[in-house]
Amino acid sequence: MKKIIKYVIIDILRNKIVLAYTAFLLLISISIFNLEDNSAKGLLSLLNIILIIVPLVSLLFPAIYVYNSSEFLELLVSQPLKRKTIWLSLFLGLAVSMSFAFFVGAGIPILLFQATATGFMMLGAGLILSVIFVALAMLAAVIARDKAKGIGVVILLWLYFSVIFDGLILFILFQFADYPLEKMMVAATAFNPIDLSRILILLKMDVAALMGYTGAIFKDFFGTQMGLIVSFLVLVTWMIIPTWLSLRKFKHKDL
Amino acid sequence: MIIASNVSKKFGKLKVLDNITVNCTKGECIALIGPNGCGKTTFIKSILGMVVCDSGFITFNGKNIKHDWKYRENIGYMPQIGRYPDNMTIGQVLNMMKDIRGKKNFKLDEELINKFGLDEMLNKRMRTLSGGTRQKVSAALAFLFNPDVLILDEPTAGLDPVASEILKEKIIAEKNKGKLVLITSHILSELDDLVTQVIYMQEGKLWFHKSISDLKEDTGEEKLSRAIAKVMTQ
Repeated sequence: MKKIIKYVIIDILRNKIVLAYTAFLLLISISIFNLEDNSAKGLLSLLNIILIIVPLVSLLFPAIYVYNSSEFLELLVSQPLKRKTIWLSLFLGLAVSMSFAFFVGAGIPILLFQATATGFMMLGAGLILSVIFVALAMLAAVIARDKAKGIGVVILLWLYFSVIFDGLILFILFQFADYPLEKMMVAATAFNPIDLSRILILLKMDVAALMGYTGAIFKDFFGTQMGLIVSFLVLVTWMIIPTWLSLRKFKHKDL
Repeated sequence: MIIASNVSKKFGKLKVLDNITVNCTKGECIALIGPNGCGKTTFIKSILGMVVCDSGFITFNGKNIKHDWKYRENIGYMPQIGRYPDNMTIGQVLNMMKDIRGKKNFKLDEELINKFGLDEMLNKRMRTLSGGTRQKVSAALAFLFNPDVLILDEPTAGLDPVASEILKEKIIAEKNKGKLVLITSHILSELDDLVTQVIYMQEGKLWFHKSISDLKEDTGEEKLSRAIAKVMTQ
């Protein structure tokens, strides 16, 4: 397993896109921290950019990579290797590369400029989000045989998680404004890892005070130890379920 | 050595393999023959576990291959179209396979690498290779680990006459060592001096599995190509 992970990572490094992504994140985070005189404010601006870019790149790059390494997968499957080993190695190789890129590109500047609880929360959320979206991308890539279709699905997934989901929530909030929906809103965040991470990080910041009544409900839940553990478990579930589904699919795939 | 019983496979509505039952024993060189799209490659891929058959089972040395993967240590596979990671060099591909498959103190068979002159172009990237050179890499990889079973899918397609002579000699040498060789080809004249048995498939069905002498006797022809032509037009 280690050997295959090694070859996947060497191949990704040779590809240079992940290096460019790292450099891009590094450029953004350093310039934002330098633009704002208050590094806590800088962290807030960085949050919004990261929550858009990290899922997008962690979905698109792995999906394209899986399609492009179909030859490599075919070669490996005809060798004395378990399919499970092959698929998990590919997953781990991609997940490690994407998280490491995030750690170097955004994590190190965060630790340099804002090594607070909020900063650590953001670092953790970014790493977890990278892994979750790699898992989702691989699931899409194993289900759709056609490359264009698979990448289309991945783009739609990104749109759903970063735009459409929020729209749906707003729509429900306005339509059912007469009903007490606050508790339901807490549950709804479990269906979107991006929103969940955003709330976890925002609640660690001072701006949480500006979020009104819903903010208070959120604080009641996510502010507690229990809430933190539950949200962490939800995020871990978001990593495991897509990986498990894609593995099950790959085991029976005809190559 | 390899026994397939009632293997069936469908791709959508198309029945690619229909109740195939074959018994392949050691020391034979078996030709898989049939028109295009008759399921030869799918059958080979299901032996390798690359295609999962819908019903029936395949055993390798008495063990069902369905949940097994170790048996592939004993198989050298040369695909019809060798596809390798584009930005690796020949040397890197060879080293990677040695790294993944090779055990310690394992004697590698590098005869083909040397005879094909691959050792002189180890730094060439796979993307820049011609189809024939890729075939040479595939062939070298299939023989590299000294496997008991060789599965060769259209081995000489795209090879120049010199290279295909080298490959044929190598196949004969390995067969004489008592290995099982499964080979598909459309160039029947080439198979004449190689094979001992013939499996003929059409539209996913097994038509016959005979030794070559029986086939020649039944059809009354001296050459394999004529004998098969006679069968096909019957």
